Amino acid sequence: MQKLLETLSPVERNVLPFLKDGIELKEITKLSKKKDVEVMRALQWLENKGVVKIKSSLRDVVKLGENGRIYEKKGLPEKRFLEVLDGKMDLESIKRATNLDNNEVRISLGLLKSRYAITILGDDVEPTSEREGILRKGFPEEKFLKKLPAPFEDLSDEEKNLAGKLLKRKDIIIKESAKLKHVKLTETGKKLIRKSKFSKLDLIEKLTPKMLKERKWVGKKFRRYDVEINVPKVYGGRRHFVNQVVEYAKRVWLELGFKEMTGPLLETSFWNFDALFTAQDHPVRDLQDTFYIKNPRTGKLPDQRIVKAVKAVHENGGSTESKGWQYRWDSESARSNVMRTHTTCLSARTIAQLKKDDLPAKYFAIGRCFRNETMDWSHLFEFNQFEGIVVDPDANFKHLLGYLKNFANKIGFTKVRFRPAHFPYTEPSVEGEVYDPVHKQWIEVFAAGIFRPEVVVPLLGEDIPVLAWGPGLDRMILSYYKITDLRELYKNDLKLLREIKMWLR
Amino acid sequence: MPTITIDRKEFDKLMGKRYPDELLKDRISMLGTDLEKLDSREIMVEIFPNRPDMLSAQGFVRALKTFMGIEKGLKEYVVKNPPIDFKVMIEKSVHMVRPYTACAIVRGLKFDDQKIKEVIQIQEKLHTTFGRNREKVAIGIYPFEKITLPIRFVGSKPEDVRFVPLEWEREMNGLQILSQHPAGRDYAHLLEGKSVFPFFIDAANEVLSMPPIINSERTGKIIEKTKDVFIECSGFDMNTLNICLNMIVTALADMGGTIYAMKLEYPDEKTTTPDLRPKRMKVDLNYINKWLGLDLKMKDFKRLFEKMGYSFDGKEVKIPPYRSDIMHPVDLAEDIAIAYGYENFDAEIPNVSTIGEEDPFEVFKKKIADLMIGLGFLETVTYHLTNRGDMNKNMLTEMDCIELMNPANIEYDILRSWMIPSIMKVLSENTRHDYPQKIFDIGSVFKKNPKRETGVEEFVRIACVSCHKDANYTEIRQYLDYLLSSLGLEHKIVKTEHPSFIPGRAGRVSVNGKKIAYIGEIHPKVLDNFGIEQPVCAFEVNLSDMLEILKK
Repeated sequence: MQKLLETLSPVERNVLPFLKDGIELKEITKLSKKKDVEVMRALQWLENKGVVKIKSSLRDVVKLGENGRIYEKKGLPEKRFLEVLDGKMDLESIKRATNLDNNEVRISLGLLKSRYAITILGDDVEPTSEREGILRKGFPEEKFLKKLPAPFEDLSDEEKNLAGKLLKRKDIIIKESAKLKHVKLTETGKKLIRKSKFSKLDLIEKLTPKMLKERKWVGKKFRRYDVEINVPKVYGGRRHFVNQVVEYAKRVWLELGFKEMTGPLLETSFWNFDALFTAQDHPVRDLQDTFYIKNPRTGKLPDQRIVKAVKAVHENGGSTESKGWQYRWDSESARSNVMRTHTTCLSARTIAQLKKDDLPAKYFAIGRCFRNETMDWSHLFEFNQFEGIVVDPDANFKHLLGYLKNFANKIGFTKVRFRPAHFPYTEPSVEGEVYDPVHKQWIEVFAAGIFRPEVVVPLLGEDIPVLAWGPGLDRMILSYYKITDLRELYKNDLKLLREIKMWLR
Repeated sequence: MPTITIDRKEFDKLMGKRYPDELLKDRISMLGTDLEKLDSREIMVEIFPNRPDMLSAQGFVRALKTFMGIEKGLKEYVVKNPPIDFKVMIEKSVHMVRPYTACAIVRGLKFDDQKIKEVIQIQEKLHTTFGRNREKVAIGIYPFEKITLPIRFVGSKPEDVRFVPLEWEREMNGLQILSQHPAGRDYAHLLEGKSVFPFFIDAANEVLSMPPIINSERTGKIIEKTKDVFIECSGFDMNTLNICLNMIVTALADMGGTIYAMKLEYPDEKTTTPDLRPKRMKVDLNYINKWLGLDLKMKDFKRLFEKMGYSFDGKEVKIPPYRSDIMHPVDLAEDIAIAYGYENFDAEIPNVSTIGEEDPFEVFKKKIADLMIGLGFLETVTYHLTNRGDMNKNMLTEMDCIELMNPANIEYDILRSWMIPSIMKVLSENTRHDYPQKIFDIGSVFKKNPKRETGVEEFVRIACVSCHKDANYTEIRQYLDYLLSSLGLEHKIVKTEHPSFIPGRAGRVSVNGKKIAYIGEIHPKVLDNFGIEQPVCAFEVNLSDMLEILKK
């Protein structure tokens, strides 16, 4: 009991002395001179501690009406009438002296007459001998008004009678049903109140530097907190959840021995398309799929050696065994600036810079790519793409599947399956799906293949297998965070960013 | 990617019998096609762009049957020699507008409503994919009984030639077709501005069509009575046209037709189409084995090639005449892999040791992010594309913008040249959430620079804002001071005027004499433009420049 007493906060302690069984919230407010919300909060805390039970009930309540509030202060009209009437007076002078309106005067006349306090002689009124006694005793209605608001059923029979009469008059009192909060003391509560009356408590509320310095806390007790209740939320700084996944994926790549590639978001078509053996009339190069730049519309082509080799491979296969696309390659089209449509252009740039001594080499990239699309729940015009390449003279298709499987396992998917696919710059091409055990479905995450010799030979100068793959990042994020609308990823809703769980892989 | 729909009854007939759904589902998805739907009524399959020969029910089933082992090897097609008048004369006049055509006649077809739909589907799918919306190849199919041979392919002034186009009631000249007929309007860009238009005209001087736009209503419409058809493909590359023609005639032959060749008389050359002799390619088995990581023997290769519709004699493969995608031996390697079955490959990790390495700038960006998070800032990720309203008008600035040529979404038509507008936009969209709002964003901005390869230089910048009732210069300055001193940098701030900031409350930050940042309190007019009702203080630092300084 002592411990319980020590947990009481100042406001709880303020309220405690006024608690008794059945007392209504409003009454505690009145007695304790605290605000409604404070009392309510204190009662809730006390309820958590098992001191009280708060009961709500719907009951008829009698409360002051508009006129009632005025009369409570100024006095009832009949009282004011009688007070003024110290001799025979005409109605007009009474009205002037009391400031009552006609209606009030009329009612007062009736009431006072029925109590034999006045006699009426035409337009004149005269008090009787009862006047003094009535004024001395006071009007019971006025006492009653001062008690309001009150639940109807708590009224005495006499009060109920008064209420009945007052209800017939205009706007003095109102009877309506209302939700009332009552306190019911528990056994603990009753003991606690008894105990609190006999114990003087001097508890430390807040520990201050001053107390520490002056050792004021020695020998004193601290108020015990309710450590179990909820407190207001606080939000910390953190990475965007998409970037948490990006960082995680990077770590997986690094552990697998891959080196990071980075590069510009705005590229020439040469690196984005031509170097990847994408025919110049391929639909992916259409205006409706790719963002082109108005100004500066074109950029420069790289080193002539590479440009010549790329041109030749497009036109007739160049130094490869390929027949090529059998058309005239247009350097102007290759110079067009675009927003990169994939990170594969980074792989092309990287391969172009590799020397024989660098092999075998493994690279990865994670970055933003662009697609000229209107946005909806499943399409974004900016999205993240992963990219991995293995440049290894001894690499083959089985290794490609091995790397994909390994990567999938690392990011938490144990079941992987592969199907034929088509991409313009890989042969064979493969699509990898992982099994999502939570949603019990296969999700497409890998687009992969071995770069065609038409891609590698012009850039590297030699026909060496380059395993390449690009797992889609967004789908994995959606699956993990149970998000259905892709737009949520970059909507930057601060509530979501603050409250979404961390990436825990 | 194109999808074809095949009636299930028709499919079962072509397959020879009804196969169980489960088996078909598995096999179709391992063939290198994407099954979208399979039920008792129809089959929908997505065909990859490298296999236009599968855009017909016949072509698809042909590939599936060898893949499933129902048939094997190369399917040979007989081409009957042309009678004397099976001839198309290509006149010099057409050379500058649509120089080539490849033609054939197929006889003995039985058309019904279903078959006519199928033929139209083949034509349309080939038009949109392989034909690049009729630019590269336009296909015309005509009822043979309405045509008088031989045919001429001529270039004429469009205003001089008149005929009734398909689904139309009166005669029009070429120009009227382009401006009035629906197909004319859709494809007008392919002929507009040419002095002559191409026309096929028969021996009775009847116009058959005006490629690549439209056939004639009288001579260019297949009906249920049609038994024999004349087919032409027109375009700019003979090889492409031949393959396209082969895809169509082999499909029609699979429908039960007999293929007849046509003689083509060019001004300087005579030739005959279609050419259905298989192409040949030498195969280096070691190369394919090495590429795939397999150890296949000669007989395995023979079996696997036959599964994909080739024939193989140990040295050379014979490639079906309708395959357009075999450019290089690796294309054969892929077909071997598909025939072997992707599901049958063992996934192997080679014992190759390399050392992982993160890009130093990425590491640096991560450190910056860590510092900001330590200060309680939340990271956002915004788009690089924006619009002038947000970037200039709302910010009260007039910066040079790099524009997109063809944005699908007009709200995102330029590349951002600074970061603060992106993050102001975030604040403006989050006014209903709890304050203080302290956020940062690291991203790329774009500036014109003629010295660069693309004429554009990209910088990575960080923008940082604090938005709450007491946000002020001192606060944001404390954060910036902390950030820079944590990196061991000493900075100097000089007062500056910037339209986005409150006059007298903006600074230009430099390190080692290089200006790398702006800092200040955002102008209330800007806040008003974004609908933000709490003060905002902000800084933006160029991280690309900062790393350069750190490297020195």
